Amino acid sequence: MKPVSFRYFAPRSVDEAIDLLAEHGEEGKILAGGQSLVPAMNFRLARPASLIDINRIDALDYVREDGGQLRIGALARHARFETPVARGVLAAFLPRVARHIGHLPIRCRGTFCGSIAHADPASEWCLVATTLNAELAIMSRRGRRNVRPNEYFAGALTTTLQPDELLAEIRLGLLDDSWRTGFAEFSRRAGDYALAMAAAVLRLEDGRIVDARLGVGGAADRPSRIAAAEALLTGSDGGPDIVREAGNIAAEAIEPLEDIHASTVYRRDLVRAMVRRALNQALTR
Amino acid sequence: MRWVGRPLPRYEDPVLLQGHGRYSADLAQGARFLRFVRSPIARGRILTVNAPPETPMITAAALGDVKPICPRLDRPDCVAVAQPILASERVIYVGEPIAAVISDTAADAEDLAERVTVEINPETPVVTLDQALAPSAPLVHEAAAQNTLIDARFETAGVVVAFTSADQVVEFTFTSGRQAAMPLEARGAVAAFDTASGRVTLSASTQMPHLLRTGIADALGIAESELRVIAPEVGGGFGQKMALIPEYVAAVWAARHFACTVAWIEDRLENLTASFHARDQRLHLRGAFDADGRLLAIDADILCNVGAYSNFPATCGVEPLMALADMPGPYQLTEYRARARAIATNTCPMAPYRGVSRPVITAAMERLMDCAAARLGLDALEIRRRNLTAEFPHTSVTGVVHDPGSYREAMEAAAQVIDIAQFRTRQQTARSEGCWLGLGMSVFAERTGPGTPAFAARRMVMTPGFERVELVIDPSGFLEARIGSSPHGQGLKTTLAQLVADETGIAPRDIRVVAGDTDRTPYGWGTFASRSLVIAGGACKLAGTKLRERLQAVASQVLEAAASDIEINDGRAFVRGTDLSIEVRQLARAAYHQSHRFPAIAETGLSAVATYDPYGTFSNACHIAIVAADGATGQVTIERFVIVEDAGQLINPMIVEGQIHGGVAQGIANALYERVVYDDAGNPLTGSLSDYLVPTMAEIPKLEIQHLVTPTDASVTGAKGVGEGGTIGAPAAVLNAVSDALAPFGVGIFEMPITPQRVLHLLREAERKAQ
Repeated sequence: MKPVSFRYFAPRSVDEAIDLLAEHGEEGKILAGGQSLVPAMNFRLARPASLIDINRIDALDYVREDGGQLRIGALARHARFETPVARGVLAAFLPRVARHIGHLPIRCRGTFCGSIAHADPASEWCLVATTLNAELAIMSRRGRRNVRPNEYFAGALTTTLQPDELLAEIRLGLLDDSWRTGFAEFSRRAGDYALAMAAAVLRLEDGRIVDARLGVGGAADRPSRIAAAEALLTGSDGGPDIVREAGNIAAEAIEPLEDIHASTVYRRDLVRAMVRRALNQALTR
Repeated sequence: MRWVGRPLPRYEDPVLLQGHGRYSADLAQGARFLRFVRSPIARGRILTVNAPPETPMITAAALGDVKPICPRLDRPDCVAVAQPILASERVIYVGEPIAAVISDTAADAEDLAERVTVEINPETPVVTLDQALAPSAPLVHEAAAQNTLIDARFETAGVVVAFTSADQVVEFTFTSGRQAAMPLEARGAVAAFDTASGRVTLSASTQMPHLLRTGIADALGIAESELRVIAPEVGGGFGQKMALIPEYVAAVWAARHFACTVAWIEDRLENLTASFHARDQRLHLRGAFDADGRLLAIDADILCNVGAYSNFPATCGVEPLMALADMPGPYQLTEYRARARAIATNTCPMAPYRGVSRPVITAAMERLMDCAAARLGLDALEIRRRNLTAEFPHTSVTGVVHDPGSYREAMEAAAQVIDIAQFRTRQQTARSEGCWLGLGMSVFAERTGPGTPAFAARRMVMTPGFERVELVIDPSGFLEARIGSSPHGQGLKTTLAQLVADETGIAPRDIRVVAGDTDRTPYGWGTFASRSLVIAGGACKLAGTKLRERLQAVASQVLEAAASDIEINDGRAFVRGTDLSIEVRQLARAAYHQSHRFPAIAETGLSAVATYDPYGTFSNACHIAIVAADGATGQVTIERFVIVEDAGQLINPMIVEGQIHGGVAQGIANALYERVVYDDAGNPLTGSLSDYLVPTMAEIPKLEIQHLVTPTDASVTGAKGVGEGGTIGAPAAVLNAVSDALAPFGVGIFEMPITPQRVLHLLREAERKAQ
């Protein structure tokens, strides 16, 4: 329960951080909130030779609206989203998600971007990023690039982020007042890893769904949008039969994980229930 | 002024809450750290153990003639097995210590341990009860045929007749998952060698400092006076720290061998996988009832998976033998047959855990009552009314004597608090809306404060039971109470001070209770089995009475009055009916510094010693839970939880309620959350708190507690133990409530923990059957 020896760096600027990343490559690891990395190091499951601690880079600590997007810097902690970070539908949605993340001390340290970089299948923010098709801003000494979740998440704890790259910012498109949101999660205890969760983001016009984004997380190796369910919802009135069927579609669409807490059958059951709850929440608000 | 009965804030808390408490790890500064190399294989032959040159490594060969741990029961149906301090030939569970390395920091020691290579020829392990009992199962110990370490039986003459004449026979198999006690502080010790005296002081996170001294001295072949054992602040034990462990023997050996201070601080992974487990049990229960719902007979087959070794001193008999003796619980029963076996497997060994077997047997018996009630069309209260013991003292079919209690009264009171009729109406409405509510109860009697007679009946070679207390008033008038018990979070120092204060007239703030130090306290058995308040408390009362008489003798001399006219209260001695008085501290000063004036106390001074060894006493309670089961996820939520408890005279009601709160939380954990899981190869899969699900505040409902007080003379203070009741009663209430919630589907629960996945699976199965 003590980590293997490592070298520790505390850069003061983004440039310094990406220089260190370039230098240490595979051996280096970014330390932001440390809520996943440090326990993994204590279990000796993670053995980075060098830790690059970005906590002193004030320039990365921000959440702001800019150009129709909510821009989230690499040091924005989960706790920041427990109350609305701005006005509008998106900012009101995020607190309903944030309260499911771990426990308060974890939320006070862990970061939004850190969750995306870690890519735990049970990460709430990975589901949000996928559902809202976030833009992921990545930097390295080689330059900058932006990617979308579908080309980023590659599996459990696996992404297309390269060893020399820093996930510097996440951008979420703002939602106008025609959008409705819902989020439902199932975990064994308050704050546990989700066994299944669903996020529903629906645009309504005259009582009909004109745009639907439905994401499922926690149940498979990475979060995913359920295209077939979105197609069913779009153009419908979101009545009970539609909601029930959307749950069924999602439950069948995923390739569920299996562990000591939930079998594949049970995970499908939970996805069915969470999708229905998220949709009902969105439709009754 | 009377101190007993007041909810005095605990004297222990300020230090702990301010972070000044010193636990074993806090004492490790400057120590060299031990790290154990543990077996990654559940069963196999050790071929080689190698470390890079110059690695300071301890193996079995280095330990030489250090003796293994070999607890014994003096009974023919029991096989004794020896646990080596370090395994040298075979390993028989994952986590078994094979070697130890020593270094200047804990992290460094962990690095060194990684470099030790152990080659093991793996063999197929036996992990489950079924595997261990299979006809050609490999043997965990050659000496234990069929992997059976204990095979105890009991049978009255009329069992067969009772079953033949029964109107209803209810039969089921009940299983309890394996639990880990999960003290907040894992185990750990610092062994300091003193060059001047040649002694070792072992500060260890233990519930039993004196027994640890005995066990380690015996293993090392040294006199007990060579060793001082201190239990500093101990962050919970729950039974897990009620055993001698190889790690402590190795630490003391290393401190002596290297003539230095050695620390071993267990980490959570070790604690969850390689300390002790409990509760891995399966009962096959048959109950015979007459047409009026009277219980005629019980037939029980009790199987306990006790892991790889037996624990010292309680032995692996602790679970099966407790189950065998206490199965009837609060119910009248005349015909009883039982077979209780301790089965060895290639898994982490078992130790006592809060409640010992009774959470399981109570859950099984209470399920039996509800099932029989359903068959006979009686309600849950009525069938219990017809079977609960109401006349005391009551001698159970196994010969256990129950002192007076309030078994029926507690149940009726709890039913009133929760208002069952009102709940049934609400349940009907909720069902019509697809919401599944359930109510379940459990009634139980909790044997507490067992003295030597109880443990002698179990035929323990080391027979625990008495407690001895020494009270000494110093020249400044402060009182020190030195006790053999070893509290570790129970608030015992506060409650004992309250008891001593009432006897001696010295206020609790002027009383220091000294515990957990073998150099400072009389030999005692430690804190377990809900015994410390009953037994150490009883000894405190007896010694306090003697000490008061001595104070009266001194005061009578000083105040020139008859000793029988002296009253002592709130730090002063008064002559009854006069305004003559003197402070106790002045009496103390005089007793020491003008001792020639007080021939009556020449021999004892201002001190007193007493030993108490009771038969034991039964507290009792009724728990009622209301739960909601979610038909879409299987999630069970507890809406209300009512406890009506009878612990006799309450010394400190706040502390009693604290015990109930913690106990019920662990009982709910047993019922709904915690389970140690092994894979087929014997690898533990629940090595962290994200996989071993200890419930948090968010999962535990607000508890509604009421007290009844039934006087008893089975305990000199009138107090009954209350350390385990919460853990014993809660699972049964929860399981009965979940079964009630799922009754419309014909689903009953006969296992714990009952997880959401299992609930949903049982519902789906029921649906399939219905179609």
